[in-house]
Amino acid sequence: MADWKTPDNAKYTENDEWIIVDGDTAKVGLTDYAQDQLSDIVFVDMQVEVGDTVSAGDSFATVESVKAASDVYAPASGEVVAVNSALDDTPETINGDPFGAGWMIEIKLSDAGELDGLLDAAAYAKHCAEREG
Amino acid sequence: MTYIPHTDADRKAMLEAIGVDSLDDLFDAVPADLRFPELDLPPGLSEMETAWELNGLASANVAANDFALFLGAGAYNHFIPSVVNHILLRGEFYTAYTPYQPELSQGTLQAIFEYQSMMCALTGMEVANASHYDGATSLAEAVIVANAHFRGKRSKIILSPGVNPQYRAVVRTYHQGNDLKFVGDKGSATVPDLVDMLDDDTAMLVVSYPNFFGQIDDLAGLAKSVHDAGALLCMVVDPIALGLFKSPGELGADIVVGEGQPLGIPLSFGGPYLGFFATREKFVRKIAGRIVGETVDADGRRAYVMTLRPREQDIRREKATSNICTNQGLMALAACVYMSVMGKHGLRRAAELCYHKAHYAAQQIDALEGYSVDMSQPFFKEFVVTCPEPVAAINDVLLEHWGIIGGYDLSKDYPARENQMLLAVTEMNTKDEIDTLVEALRSAPDDIANHAHHHHHHS
Amino acid sequence: MTDELIVNKNGAPPPLEPLIYDLGAPGRTGAILPKPDVPEADLPADLLRDDLDLPEVSEMDVVRHFLRLSQFNYAIDKGFYPLGSCTMKYNPKLNEDMARLPGFALAHPLQDPSTVQGALALMYQLQEWLAAISGLEAVSLQPAAGAQGEFAGILMIRAYHLANGEAHRTKIIVPDSAHGTNPATTAMTGLEVVEIPSDANGDVDLDKLREVCGEDVAGMMITVPNTLGVFERHIQDIVDIIHGCGGLMYMDGANMNAMLGIAKPGDLGFDVMHYNLHKTFSTPHGGGGPGSGPVAVGDKLLPFLPGPIVTIVDEGDEGEPPLYGLTMPEQSIGALKAFWGNFGMLVRAFTYISINGANGLRAVTDHAVLNANYIRSRLQGTYPMPFERICGHEFVCEGHFKDADGIHALDISKRLMDYGFHPPTNYFPLIVPEALLIEPTETETKEACDAFVEAMLAIAKEAKESPDVLHEAPHVTPVKRVDDVRAAKDLILCCRVIPDWDAEAAK
Repeated sequence: MADWKTPDNAKYTENDEWIIVDGDTAKVGLTDYAQDQLSDIVFVDMQVEVGDTVSAGDSFATVESVKAASDVYAPASGEVVAVNSALDDTPETINGDPFGAGWMIEIKLSDAGELDGLLDAAAYAKHCAEREG
Repeated sequence: MTYIPHTDADRKAMLEAIGVDSLDDLFDAVPADLRFPELDLPPGLSEMETAWELNGLASANVAANDFALFLGAGAYNHFIPSVVNHILLRGEFYTAYTPYQPELSQGTLQAIFEYQSMMCALTGMEVANASHYDGATSLAEAVIVANAHFRGKRSKIILSPGVNPQYRAVVRTYHQGNDLKFVGDKGSATVPDLVDMLDDDTAMLVVSYPNFFGQIDDLAGLAKSVHDAGALLCMVVDPIALGLFKSPGELGADIVVGEGQPLGIPLSFGGPYLGFFATREKFVRKIAGRIVGETVDADGRRAYVMTLRPREQDIRREKATSNICTNQGLMALAACVYMSVMGKHGLRRAAELCYHKAHYAAQQIDALEGYSVDMSQPFFKEFVVTCPEPVAAINDVLLEHWGIIGGYDLSKDYPARENQMLLAVTEMNTKDEIDTLVEALRSAPDDIANHAHHHHHHS
Repeated sequence: MTDELIVNKNGAPPPLEPLIYDLGAPGRTGAILPKPDVPEADLPADLLRDDLDLPEVSEMDVVRHFLRLSQFNYAIDKGFYPLGSCTMKYNPKLNEDMARLPGFALAHPLQDPSTVQGALALMYQLQEWLAAISGLEAVSLQPAAGAQGEFAGILMIRAYHLANGEAHRTKIIVPDSAHGTNPATTAMTGLEVVEIPSDANGDVDLDKLREVCGEDVAGMMITVPNTLGVFERHIQDIVDIIHGCGGLMYMDGANMNAMLGIAKPGDLGFDVMHYNLHKTFSTPHGGGGPGSGPVAVGDKLLPFLPGPIVTIVDEGDEGEPPLYGLTMPEQSIGALKAFWGNFGMLVRAFTYISINGANGLRAVTDHAVLNANYIRSRLQGTYPMPFERICGHEFVCEGHFKDADGIHALDISKRLMDYGFHPPTNYFPLIVPEALLIEPTETETKEACDAFVEAMLAIAKEAKESPDVLHEAPHVTPVKRVDDVRAAKDLILCCRVIPDWDAEAAK
């Protein structure tokens, strides 16, 4: 069974997004587990731009591999303050560095309290292991 | 039994291996009271009897093998080089499945890649898919692309009345479950009238090139107007006309669709045909249908594979924008072979022949008393004749007395176009046929008057 | 031979076959066309294109090129093609000859109906036959493929509820084992997909079905036998539950090769279904089409059929045949394509039904199911199977082994190519891990089935003893494993340079 990275400084959704808060903004991306399931990512279709507002649960991008497509949802609400446009040309960065250079959007949180409803690293690691059966 | 190879010994051995006593036992899960109903079908025939039966039905049709055909309106009698059918009959092509396994499908895949490349060259577009069902459904799919491109935020599609009426009907069938509005095609709007309808709710404007009446509208500046409104320009085109006329790419189109039947596919009473679909590269991830891409195999050898697969229904399921699975694979192969053998020079020659013959016919008919041909705009291989009598009556005379299948009765789709016939002339119509048609039209009004009280039964 | 001929500069082996554009020479053509026999008209110079970038090759170049390409394909005419859910049966040669009869191939679709009575009679008869096989009332031959048949079916269900003033019925229930077309079709019609799970036996979970049934249900789509290859044992309960809440039942007819003369969908309570003529009735798959997907309906949906359909407009007298015509049903959902359907495919299916007759079609299903169960019983015990029960015309097994770590269905599929077989369908149905969906069809001999089984058993052994042979497979195909990641990342979809029109215009 594979072993997926689940850094402690991130919070997680059951849909395999992560969010890492830094001051009053937070970066969002796909987890190591998610990129492993998708395998080679060949395209990121970003559906938001800087200045847009997302609500928790909104789909903001679609990530494609050769065999699957996966919608990515905002773990929390806020204004989009940055989009990782490097993924246009090198979508495979998500495979190589999902929690670092593979981040997808940065948002200014409108309600930091929303984060309390998300999974912590331990709970998310368990969630991954369970699905692997 | 026809194509079933099993012997009694085979059946016995196989049933034993399965562990059941009879073939009937294989169907125990089917509700007993509904199991094994009688099928109300005739008994099976031998191969020769079947062939006789089908030959009888086929010979009950009047067709272009025995009659001069001047009917077009979306399906055309163009020349098909013999080589096309010989390639289509290769079992390696026609009995293969969709090329999901690239290692066993390089023939189909490379042929589709070549087809895509030729359609790009012909239309002046950067990408083409492996085809849709026909020209009408290609247009319906173009509307889906426009809607997806604007994420549903623009709801108006402007359709020229010069787009084939059947295509416009199909587009409406496809989109009855969503909120798109189709405007522009109910009256006799000209291209400038359509431009006046553009606004910031317009997703796409659709024109036909040539239009349904065979004419080449003045499209200079159209693309700029459409793009200034933020909308997309879709052109429905005749691929033979593109052998001669400027490409839609040069005219600024965003999406090009059309009926590929003229490219080596027989009339076959309406199908199977070939819907081609080409666009600019920036829209490629929004388009439906199969697409073949070039890559390499594990040894680094050039190879082809179906690509951008996550757009498709088997992966995207309810999030796919279209449910299409098949393309018209074999028909795309026919077009590919046709465009190869006709080539750069042959397609141009065929298009010129259409042009010359259509213009000769138009001039002769326009000179006839009681008839007039609309030559107000350039036209390609079709033109509109205003007749002194209803089109149906004239066509009866052409068929019964002259062995000619006449033109399309435009009043069926355009009530204001009473007595207007759309004639198609291709490279397959000889001068003799055209001259006979002219004679037939000349005498038709008298024939109709003479036969007013006769009843003809044609079979 | 010099090395140059074998290896490109960068060390990669040469392509199997040059592109047609790389053959030929400037000025060459394969077209043999007449000179104009009419006075030449003036061409409108300002409307003409400068260049037409098509190949410049001779006819023989074309023949050799496409013949060589054909030889890189696998096909039914070459060998066993057990592709589940696709029904790759033999495509009789007679069908091809009949579709090419000049009276069919050269008939224009817009001719006056009185001049195409042969074609219309064939279509009418085929409508009647397909209705008889389905146990339903009427058929439209218009849909160009199964996916269009589905689309027509769900549009009709939608139109039916709208006509009854029940616009609130917006949900279509689809089992999780369904073909992807089912949810995609539903989404295209603007209705909403509700997915329900299968139970441990591969049947629809009835409790879950009851939970989602209510006044908002428009209908349910289900494949019979289902995509796992088994007959739903509770099919009548399912129909009753859906009808009980006011919904209609759609049958995906992809698997009709297991149903001919076994049960009629109409008798089972279905309101609408589609056929795939290219599966059940032997019309060729053509390397990905054309298909043909007629829809059959019961009385509720009769007025909504896509059209036009062929009807008898004048019964005719004794000794005189009836007069057939094309008619649009009164509340039709509309036309799905130009003209009347993929007529050439209809001729082939008509030919096939004629030669088989009622008894022949029943025998088709008997032997399709016999072959599938025979192979299933021989692979049982070697390949894991989610359901060990009698199957229909196909069955699903799992392409992985407890004691062969790292072997996937894909590896087994690729290795089968080395043994000369086309692989089964991979990774469908989605709900079975490492699915291999195997459908032999009735036209294969016992010897062919045995040879396939032997190959599968040998591969299972190899998976444990020499797994690399599988990972590196295929070895003997025209190309090795193809890099689909590269294809998707660095898109090369056209081999020509298309002018940058915006830049040209700016000049």
